[in-house]
Amino acid sequence: MAIEILMPALSPTMEEGTLAKWLVKEGDTVQSGDVIAEIETDKATMEFEAVDEGVVGKLLVAEGTENVAVNTAIAIMLEDGEDASAAVVAEVAVAAETPVATAPVAASVPAQVAAPAPDRSPDWPEGTEVKQQTVREALRDAMSEEMRRDDTVFLMGEEVAEYQGAYKISQGMLDEFGSKRVIDTPITEHGFTGIAVGAAFGGLRPIVEFMTFNFAMQAIDQIINSAAKTRYMSGGQMGAPMVFRGANGAAARVGAQHSQDYSAWYAQIPGLKVVAPFSASDAKGLLKTAIRDPNPVIFLENELMYGRAFDVPVMDDFTVPFGKARIWREGSDVTIVSFSIGVQYALDAAEELAKEGISAEVIDLRSLRPIDYETVIASVMKTNRCVTVEEGYPVASIGNHLSATIMERAFDYLDAPVINVAGKDVPMPYAANLEKLALVTADDVIAAVKTVTYR
Amino acid sequence: MAARKTAKKSNASAEELKKFYRDMLLIRRFEEKAGQLYGMGLIGGFCHLYIGQEAVVVGLEATAREGDKRLTSYRDHGHMLACGMDANGVMAELTGRAGGYSRGKGGSMHMFSKEKHFYGGHGIVAAQVPIGAGLAFADKYLENGGVTFTYFGDGAANQGQVYETFNMAALWKLPVVFVIENNQYAMGTSQERSTSTPDIYTRGQAFGIPGEPVDGMDVLAVKAAGEKAVAHCRAGKGPYILEVKTYRYRGHSMSDPAKYRTREEVQKMRSEKDAIEHVRDLLLIGKHATEDDLKAIDKEIKAVVNASADFAKASPEPDPQELWTDIYADV
Repeated sequence: MAIEILMPALSPTMEEGTLAKWLVKEGDTVQSGDVIAEIETDKATMEFEAVDEGVVGKLLVAEGTENVAVNTAIAIMLEDGEDASAAVVAEVAVAAETPVATAPVAASVPAQVAAPAPDRSPDWPEGTEVKQQTVREALRDAMSEEMRRDDTVFLMGEEVAEYQGAYKISQGMLDEFGSKRVIDTPITEHGFTGIAVGAAFGGLRPIVEFMTFNFAMQAIDQIINSAAKTRYMSGGQMGAPMVFRGANGAAARVGAQHSQDYSAWYAQIPGLKVVAPFSASDAKGLLKTAIRDPNPVIFLENELMYGRAFDVPVMDDFTVPFGKARIWREGSDVTIVSFSIGVQYALDAAEELAKEGISAEVIDLRSLRPIDYETVIASVMKTNRCVTVEEGYPVASIGNHLSATIMERAFDYLDAPVINVAGKDVPMPYAANLEKLALVTADDVIAAVKTVTYR
Repeated sequence: MAARKTAKKSNASAEELKKFYRDMLLIRRFEEKAGQLYGMGLIGGFCHLYIGQEAVVVGLEATAREGDKRLTSYRDHGHMLACGMDANGVMAELTGRAGGYSRGKGGSMHMFSKEKHFYGGHGIVAAQVPIGAGLAFADKYLENGGVTFTYFGDGAANQGQVYETFNMAALWKLPVVFVIENNQYAMGTSQERSTSTPDIYTRGQAFGIPGEPVDGMDVLAVKAAGEKAVAHCRAGKGPYILEVKTYRYRGHSMSDPAKYRTREEVQKMRSEKDAIEHVRDLLLIGKHATEDDLKAIDKEIKAVVNASADFAKASPEPDPQELWTDIYADV
């Protein structure tokens, strides 16, 4: 049967083109791969090759013709044994095949896993024994417990094994688990992160320690393009069950390249889960949840918090779910929402504000993706005022996102605009006085609360 | 077409040669059809064809055993067909339909098959290299004896993460074969304009990784080199590099007018070095097959490819609800 040669689409955006030149004439025999025409697209002049072998029966579009729509028949090819009369028959009906039209998509909410209503259950049963433990110890216990529980969990990173951790998080783990499962890497974030993603695809559950998240920028392509997106791109066939953890945000006097909060960056990515705990119990319970999660989890720690001690429940298997905020302090006049070290500034501010008769509710988001919108919205509906607190840059911040969400869902409840207290919009300076000015302080929070409460 | 006089006899069996012929022809005809569907607007976006390079993946697949893994860049259709993935599922992914391997959500550059141990389909040049080493890391950790074939191009060979990976793969003796498919052009930039030392296989020397050049237009040479590399990995000696010299006949992607090389250069490769013609000659000269036998194979392949195109056109677009699935695995 004669074959119609259609005007080809030769770029992702081409809809029509110019048939610049025919390189064959009627009656010519062509092989698959022979150039038969030159076609000008929106981008370039392209050589157009025959896909089948046969004889050129008829050229339907003259060379030099402009604006030839894609899928217009431009020639008829004859197969072995056919004569030109077949070309006439084929010329009659040229049906361009087009894909079925896409139905409009109704839902347009972000791909978040939000709880339907605030979950206010306690993190551990009442009466459970608690002990004081540092965030550092809590993190180590979480990893060790999960490594005892599951042989496929392993820890890799710079100085995690023999050095016992640059910040001593993995202290003692090499002794217990050996060098097969507590692995020192060379200083090569891009490479070892990619290897860890591959190991996760291959059936393991890696914990990747970044000495700090500043260095993870070297590896961010592997985190986002490889770890976060593969489940979607593979139609759910495979993904990366793994944890990326390490110190995030400013430490003290380490300058611009070592003092950035990446919370908002990672929180933007569908396919990632993002956690930023404040207390030791949350560090432990959330890290255990992260290691068990079948998805890639970004676990943002804070160096200044490593040595802080909190109550941690003495339980065989203590976990904290993602997407459940913690209310550290109940209040009625204003809602202060924060996470990670920002919770400390919020709590310090609330303490001061109480002395002035302002009752602040302090919410610790704990996880940023999924995010517990319900608890925040319910609180704002009660207090009618909100201040967000975070150490990261002010543009496109977590606070910005919460402000938008509150505006969409609780606009009529607001008695004042939401204020975002954030780090200053500058690279972190080294000088002690300047660094202090760049960072969030409890005083900043107090000032913001006074603004929204019109005091 | 009669056999060319230049082809030498080979010790390969008739059965093996026929399999090579069939597998390579499937890739070529499939890719030609993909190009055709692209021209009709049924395939969108980027589409990178493997035409000309067929012997590389077909020769190496002959050295793999069940459980071995493979992954490559975005020029991935050939690798998927060679490891046994279904032509219908691949073509339907190209057309973005529900019957595709990723249910239409991945496209030409992003396909995977857990069943066939095909780990992508990666769109960022060289990102698959550490991932491949990571798959090998998992095999070693799990002590399952598996080997991972990590394919990348001469362009990717200039990315830093390749050398970070070489270092760790050698340090940890990971069972990974690094297959550099040197088709001589990184998109439009020739190797001589991009690469300080032309012999990429020597770049493992700094890390103690053995490497060798391979004639990528000769499927038997590829297989022989692959066997050596795989044996090295399985013996626990760590990674191995094969720089397979090959040639892509088509542009980098569908929208590449390929002005960086002459038509004559391409024609010369096609007429003198074509890998499929080579095997065809071996079959005819060795009297392993007649012209009619080969015609029958051609017909059979054409039927498979046409069926895949029909399937890819008939398969429905993904349900709009698919927009929101497969972002997270259920806890």
